[in-house]
Amino acid sequence: MAGPILTVRGVERRFGPVNGGTLALQATDLDVAENDFITILGPSGCGKSTLLRIVAGLDHPTAGTVDLDGRRIDGPGADRGMVFQSYTLFPWLNVLDNVCFGLRERGLPRAQQLEQAGAFIAKVGLRGFEQHFPKQLSGGMQQRVAIARALANRPRMLLMDEPFGALDHQTRELMQELLLGIWEAERTTVLFVTHDIDEAVFMGSRVVVMSARPGRIKLDRVVPLPHPRHYAVKTTPDFMALKAELTEQVRDEVRAAQSAQATA
Amino acid sequence: MKPLVPVAPGTRTVLGVAFFVLFVAVWAAATFGGLVSKTFLADPLTMVQSGWTLLTKMGFAADIGMTVWRVLGGFVIAAAIALPLGVAMGAYKPVEAFFEPFVSFARYLPASAFIPLLILWVGIGEAQKLAVIFIGSFFQLVLMVAVVVGNTRRDLVEAAYTLGSTDASLVRRVLIPGAAPEIAEILRMVLGWAWTYVIVAELIGASSGIGHMITDSQALLATDQIIFGIIVIGLIGLVSDFGFKQLNRKLFPWAQLGR
Repeated sequence: MAGPILTVRGVERRFGPVNGGTLALQATDLDVAENDFITILGPSGCGKSTLLRIVAGLDHPTAGTVDLDGRRIDGPGADRGMVFQSYTLFPWLNVLDNVCFGLRERGLPRAQQLEQAGAFIAKVGLRGFEQHFPKQLSGGMQQRVAIARALANRPRMLLMDEPFGALDHQTRELMQELLLGIWEAERTTVLFVTHDIDEAVFMGSRVVVMSARPGRIKLDRVVPLPHPRHYAVKTTPDFMALKAELTEQVRDEVRAAQSAQATA
Repeated sequence: MKPLVPVAPGTRTVLGVAFFVLFVAVWAAATFGGLVSKTFLADPLTMVQSGWTLLTKMGFAADIGMTVWRVLGGFVIAAAIALPLGVAMGAYKPVEAFFEPFVSFARYLPASAFIPLLILWVGIGEAQKLAVIFIGSFFQLVLMVAVVVGNTRRDLVEAAYTLGSTDASLVRRVLIPGAAPEIAEILRMVLGWAWTYVIVAELIGASSGIGHMITDSQALLATDQIIFGIIVIGLIGLVSDFGFKQLNRKLFPWAQLGR
């Protein structure tokens, strides 16, 4: 396999004054290879979202560097598509125009926009909903549109910040399968933040566990499950073994976070 | 009745009309019943009759047209400058820091208090009327538009950036369309205020317009005409408000969803 497309080197993020303040993320290194699906797992407040936002260019590290394809990242760009936990479809645009948004920014001719957007709307199973406004859709459907919108832009990487966090359990599982199916077909490189261990193992080709604040990468495991994955994989011994190990690790961190909070 | 439970559309109309009926009934009872002297308050019938005379024999329609023209003229000029400035202030914080303190101060300057000064500066012609309406609506518009644009959801802004938006296209394709329905609401509200300013402007130093007719009628103790003038203003306000609401609904169907 070729070298990593994304390299994170010594990235640190401190909020507040330089001396003192809160260290949200401490000297983090991470390499992401082409076609990787990396899930970042950790307790809330461990800086996993901060790391993702730094890769997106929406936040800036107080130290360290992030390079995509050898180019330094210093701001957001269309090469890193993002799906947020909150519903971020533009409420004044219908489904079709939401998916066209990035394509229009790139100045693609309308016919090409429609063709590309239509293809991704079909991939997320929303054909027939092109003219609906976001408020007319359920939360799960809105996130499907958000995924289509990000993918239609053909980003180098897809960044996902707990995209299914606000959905109910059943919808979330269906969304996981949908996204995994799309990834198995498209092989877009994905960085996926979650606090759901099942989700992390089921979706990821690699799981990265982060420690409690100040966040750093504590564990990095390749997921030994073949593709394509069926939801039944969640009951296999390999899945259970990895899940058990990660559960232990995350529990330790949640405990550490709680005792840190108690003494603070 | 339960709190916050919506009322059926039919009932809503009936209730709304009912108060108008009640209002006129009380008015009629007070005047025809002799509770209030005719010198101070004309009865509804006399009001309608003299209103008709005003319209048919005394060219009141031209006065109404004049007043409408002034309101719209002053308001359009104010909006044409206030909208871009408000958007710029909402979007760019240094621009806001530069203008906001002054505009906040200026909006408390009563437009009507400028009338003597404006008469001195530009006379009692149309420029003075337009200027009063401009002063009355411009500063309010700027501030409210700036607040609405500045309150754009940050996650939508971030989403746009990750889709490749530049700073300029963010303003054009996210900040403005997102704020548009609320800006339209602001325009509707401030237009209502502009109506009060035009009448004040016409009460002092005007030779035409609804306000001018009202001042003339005062000299003649013609309360019927004064009331007719006031009601005409109210009706025009009601109609323009309704028109504005319908237009907003048509232009921004998405903003009506989930309300």
